[in-house]
Amino acid sequence: MSETTSFVSVSDLRRPGVRWARRIVNVVLFLILVVVALGPLLWLAKSAVTPAQDTLRKPMEIWPHGPDWSILTHAWSDLQLRRYLVNTVVIAAGSWAVQMLVATTAGYALSVLRPAYGRILYGAVLATMFVPTVVLLVPLYLTVLKLPLIHASLVNTYWGAFLPAGASAFNVALMKRFFDNLPREILEAARVDGAGPVRLFTAIVLPMSRPVLGVVSVFAVLAAWKDFIWPLIVLPDPAKQPISVRLPSLAPVTSIDTFLAALLISTALPIAFFLVFQRFFLRSEGLDGAVKG
Amino acid sequence: MVQFEAPAGHQPGRRRPTFPATTDAERSDDRSVMARQGRWATWWRGGGPVTVAFLVPMLLAFGLFSWWPIVRTAVMAFQQTNLVEPAHWVGFANFRHVLTDPLLPTALRNTAIFAGLAFLFGYPIPLLLAIAMSDLRRMRGLFAVLAYLPVVVPPAVAVLLWQFFYDASGGGVFNTVLGWFGLGPVPWLVSSHWVLPSLVLEATWAAAGGTVIIYLAALTTVPKELYDAAQVDGAGIWRKLVHVTLPHLRTIMLVTLILQIIGTAQVFLEPYLFTDGGPDNASLTVLLLIYNYAFGSTTGGGDYGDATALSLLLAVGLAVLSWVYFRLTRSWSDS
Repeated sequence: MSETTSFVSVSDLRRPGVRWARRIVNVVLFLILVVVALGPLLWLAKSAVTPAQDTLRKPMEIWPHGPDWSILTHAWSDLQLRRYLVNTVVIAAGSWAVQMLVATTAGYALSVLRPAYGRILYGAVLATMFVPTVVLLVPLYLTVLKLPLIHASLVNTYWGAFLPAGASAFNVALMKRFFDNLPREILEAARVDGAGPVRLFTAIVLPMSRPVLGVVSVFAVLAAWKDFIWPLIVLPDPAKQPISVRLPSLAPVTSIDTFLAALLISTALPIAFFLVFQRFFLRSEGLDGAVKG
Repeated sequence: MVQFEAPAGHQPGRRRPTFPATTDAERSDDRSVMARQGRWATWWRGGGPVTVAFLVPMLLAFGLFSWWPIVRTAVMAFQQTNLVEPAHWVGFANFRHVLTDPLLPTALRNTAIFAGLAFLFGYPIPLLLAIAMSDLRRMRGLFAVLAYLPVVVPPAVAVLLWQFFYDASGGGVFNTVLGWFGLGPVPWLVSSHWVLPSLVLEATWAAAGGTVIIYLAALTTVPKELYDAAQVDGAGIWRKLVHVTLPHLRTIMLVTLILQIIGTAQVFLEPYLFTDGGPDNASLTVLLLIYNYAFGSTTGGGDYGDATALSLLLAVGLAVLSWVYFRLTRSWSDS
């Protein structure tokens, strides 16, 4: 990190005025980030263990009558948060699995196996990037309500909630581009050694693609965790809903302290997930992909 | 099925060995030996079925959940259906109904105001943050984590939390803070003038971090020699920023701008959860209108024809923008 290019050069820094200005900018930047980005979350953490009366009367005071940790356990048991968190995890896991399956097999077929018709297919996949998913909500709902040919309904099933996530052109493009850049000599060598297409995929291509698999994975899980409108439409049964969808309907019937504790609990997992895998989120390759599509 | 052309520039510059590598010699050999079976046998022996097997997950996922719904949008926009009786064709009646809906101008205006405000607040802030952060020698990782944190918060949670902040009484969180400076109280979500700025403020908080990271990644690619050269030419910090840093970010700034416009044109979650389009339709957006046609409780819902007709109109508008975005990223990544 010390060798970054910057518009402030070493010789600029020899001037004391520049050095001071830079220090001030850095401190102000830090304060802005702490207050604006972290502040609302700190307030949530504080209020989640503050009795309702204190939060309502003095929202900006820190525990005028001390914290009350039992609010967290109350929210956990009274609101059945465990069930909704489990639903969320099931949907996120399913969404991750289907996205990985589709993106890796499609990327491999289009990049390495390269059938003659591959270019047309890839074009058809990329073309779906032009159509924002929200625009497809209604026809997608009607499709899931009654699948073509087999006429089964996926409404109120987890399958309906996570299977559509597989149709991500962005994932397929990212995967294909990564596979395109794998050294062809290794693939050729494996082929000469008698590896068939399946073995080449599982033993060579996938192990060599850990970075891109990681990037696609973390964004897939986070996106599933954050999704609201699709599970809202496809899972009308409250017992099956993920926590994001359930929280708004709990709001009017829950006391403010319990509800804020529930908000904190439902934010804690994605934040922990982000902190653990931050290098995948913040590393430039994934974002390069995100930008280049 | 619509025939999609492979996008220009997609053709790889060099021929890569393909798997399985059937050379021309092998292929013609196959042909002479098994002339009668012809191309099918070659295809079969060349691993064609395995290739198809690898493509099955993609064909199923895109076929069911992308290509078929796209085709269906185009069909349903011209139909009337209540899901019980078979759908029947109604020509342009859905479009006529949607375009004459007195709520459409309101929704369009609100969406445009939302996009405009999001541009005013949300566009310069990530750029300034990223430029300031790119100059950090130490702790850049910590700053980046802090900036990205709001992006990780589930949007529904963020909206519900900000609903407390926006409490319009003098005792609300924001109004308490404003009170320290002798300002307010501001009526936030209950006033038709304040509601859209309030939604934009929260949306900006929730989204800015992602854009910051994109800019940060782009800033690390500015060639150091350019700064050195500018330095030799006597450029100060300010001139290096204006003449080296910003020009280098030009394309990515255009990309984030288009992404932001596409994103704000589809704004749904904030108006739906904060105010459900209120007060008095002051935060009704195009997508919320579509949702209400199809699933809304106040209008009865079930107007799938109207919903898809309006979706189609929105999609055409956004597709033009996406196309521009696609062209830009194409040329950007090739350069």
